[in-house]
Amino acid sequence: MSTVAELRKVTKIFNGITALKNVNLKILEGEILALLGPNGSGKTTLLKIMAFIEKPSKGEVYFCDKKVTDKNIEQVRMESTMVFQKTLLFNTTVYNNVAYGLRIRKFPKNKIDEEVSKVLRLVRLEGFEKKNSKKLSGGEQQRVALARALVLNTKLFLLDEPTANLDPKNASIMEEIIATANRELKTTILIATHNMFQAKNLPHRIALITDGKISEVGTPTEIFGKLSKTLVSFAALENTFIGNAIVTEDGTTLVDIGNGVQIEATIQSQGKVSIFVSPEDIILSKRRFESSARNVLKGKIVEILDLVSVVRLKVDVGKPLVVQITKRSFNEMKLNLNTEVFLAFKASSVQII
Amino acid sequence: MNEILEGIIKAFQLIFSGDLKIFEITLRSLFVSGAATLIAILWGIPIAMLLGLKNFRGKLLVKGIFNTLIGIPTVALGLILYLIFTKAGPLGFLSLLYTPTAIIIGEAILVTPIIVSLATTALEAVDPEIMNLAKTLGASESQASMAVLKEALNGIILAGIASFNRAIGEFGVAAMVGGITSSTALLTTGIKLETDWGNIDISIALTIILLTLVLIITLAVNIFQRRKK
Repeated sequence: MSTVAELRKVTKIFNGITALKNVNLKILEGEILALLGPNGSGKTTLLKIMAFIEKPSKGEVYFCDKKVTDKNIEQVRMESTMVFQKTLLFNTTVYNNVAYGLRIRKFPKNKIDEEVSKVLRLVRLEGFEKKNSKKLSGGEQQRVALARALVLNTKLFLLDEPTANLDPKNASIMEEIIATANRELKTTILIATHNMFQAKNLPHRIALITDGKISEVGTPTEIFGKLSKTLVSFAALENTFIGNAIVTEDGTTLVDIGNGVQIEATIQSQGKVSIFVSPEDIILSKRRFESSARNVLKGKIVEILDLVSVVRLKVDVGKPLVVQITKRSFNEMKLNLNTEVFLAFKASSVQII
Repeated sequence: MNEILEGIIKAFQLIFSGDLKIFEITLRSLFVSGAATLIAILWGIPIAMLLGLKNFRGKLLVKGIFNTLIGIPTVALGLILYLIFTKAGPLGFLSLLYTPTAIIIGEAILVTPIIVSLATTALEAVDPEIMNLAKTLGASESQASMAVLKEALNGIILAGIASFNRAIGEFGVAAMVGGITSSTALLTTGIKLETDWGNIDISIALTIILLTLVLIITLAVNIFQRRKK
C-alpha cells in the first residue's frame, strides 16, 4: 500500500505551548486511520497540518511522496480536505455550500449540479439544494459539511470528531456515510476521535495520541487486545476507567474503579482491566427506579455541555461519568448543576478493553 | 402663519410639478452621496479587512482612531479640506474647491470611519474558522478572504447605507468645500441658499425631500436588521 501523507518529526508550538512533539505518522492509501486521544491531546492540530492550513514549527510533511513547501501548498491543499468538529457552514443555501469547492476547481455548471445532487443523495439530504443551510437541524448541518468535503473526492479526507456533537441517530448515520465513502469511493480517511467505541469499530488502524505524542499505532485488535501502557494513561478519555476485576458467583464481572464505585460487566475478566461505557448507553433519571439494569449509581451533575441537539452531562458518582441525553429530555427534566440524579446502564453495555 | 402654510402648499406643488431646480438639486445630492459612499467602500473595506482579519501591533489604536473619527465635527473636517483645496493649499493646483468633486471627496473622507468601523465589526463577527474552512475546500488566500467578506455582507451593506444616510444629511463639509452656490447646491446647502434668498417654498420642498429620503433609508435599515434576525 502506498503512502498518501506522512508527517516526519513534526513539532508544532503555539505561543510557547507545544501542541505536537516530534510526531511521525503515515497514512496509507485507502485506509481509515483513527487518531484516538483525549481532548487537548493535539488531534485537531495534527489534522490542520495534514489539511495544510497550519504549518509545522519543525519537521516535514510529505504528500504523495512529495515534500510540501510554500510553493506547492495551494496545490496540495486541493488534494486534502477537512470536516471541522464545530459545524461550519457558509450563510447560504445547501447547494452553494456544497458547490463551493467545485466552483473553485472551475467545474462547469452542469457537472456541479450533477455532483451536488449525487453527494446529497449519499449523505441522505436529497432535494435539500435550495434550503438555507443555517435553518437545518444540527445533524443535517453536519451532513452538509460532510457532503461539501466529500464532493471534492480528494486523495485525503480528514474528519475532526465528526460525531461528537450529534445525537446517537445522526451519529450512526454519519458513521455509515464515512464507511461507505471509504468503501465505495476508496477515500483515504483520517478521523480524530476521543470515542473508544468509534475507534474500535470504524478504522483499519488506530494511532494513540496523548500530550502531542503518538505513542502507538496498530490495528484495533492490537491496540485494544493488550492493556498497553498508553491505554492506562487514557483514563482521561471519558467514561474509561481502570480497576480491579473479580468474577462473581453469577458469572458476571465486578470492577472496582475506586472511590467506592463498582461496575458490573457481563464479559468475564480478572485482575487489572480498563472499562468503557458509552455515554449514549446510560439512562438518567431524577428518582431511583426499578429496572433490569445491573448498574445503578447516584450522583450530582457537575458539568453541562450544551451541544446542537444533545446535552452532555458530567455526573460525579464518586468517579465522573459522562451521559448524553437529548436537549428535549434535558429541558423537560429541568436539570441543573448540582441536581441529584440516578444513572443506570446494563452490565452488557460495559466494555472491557 | 399664513406665509408658512402657503410655503408648504407651494412646496408640495413644486415637488409634484417636477420643478427642474428641485429635481437637479435632489439628483446632485443623490449622486454626490452615492459616489462618496462608493469611494469610501472602495478604500474602507480593505482597511476593515486588515483590521478585522489580521493581527498587528497598534491595531487597537487604529481601530480607536477610526471609532473616534465617526464623531468628528463636520465643519472642522470641512475647514481642513478647504485649506488643502484652496489656491494656496497643497492641492490648490487641482482647482477643486467649490466643485461637486470636492464635496464627493470630502463626504467620502467623512463617512470612511463609519464604513471602516461597522465593516470591521461585521468581519470580526464572522467565525474565524471560515477562512480555514474555505482553504480546506481549495481556496487560495484571496479566495478565502472573499469567503469571509461574503459572510459579512449584511453588515457591510448596513455600513454602506449608514454612510449614505450620513452623507446626504451632511452640511458642514458640503458648505466649506462646495460653497453655498446654485451650481454646487445639495439638498442641505440648497436649503440654506434658498432660505437666504427668501425662497421659503423651495427650502421647504428641499427639506421635505431630504427628510423623506432619510426616513426611507432609516426604515429600510430597520427592516433589513429585523430580517437578519
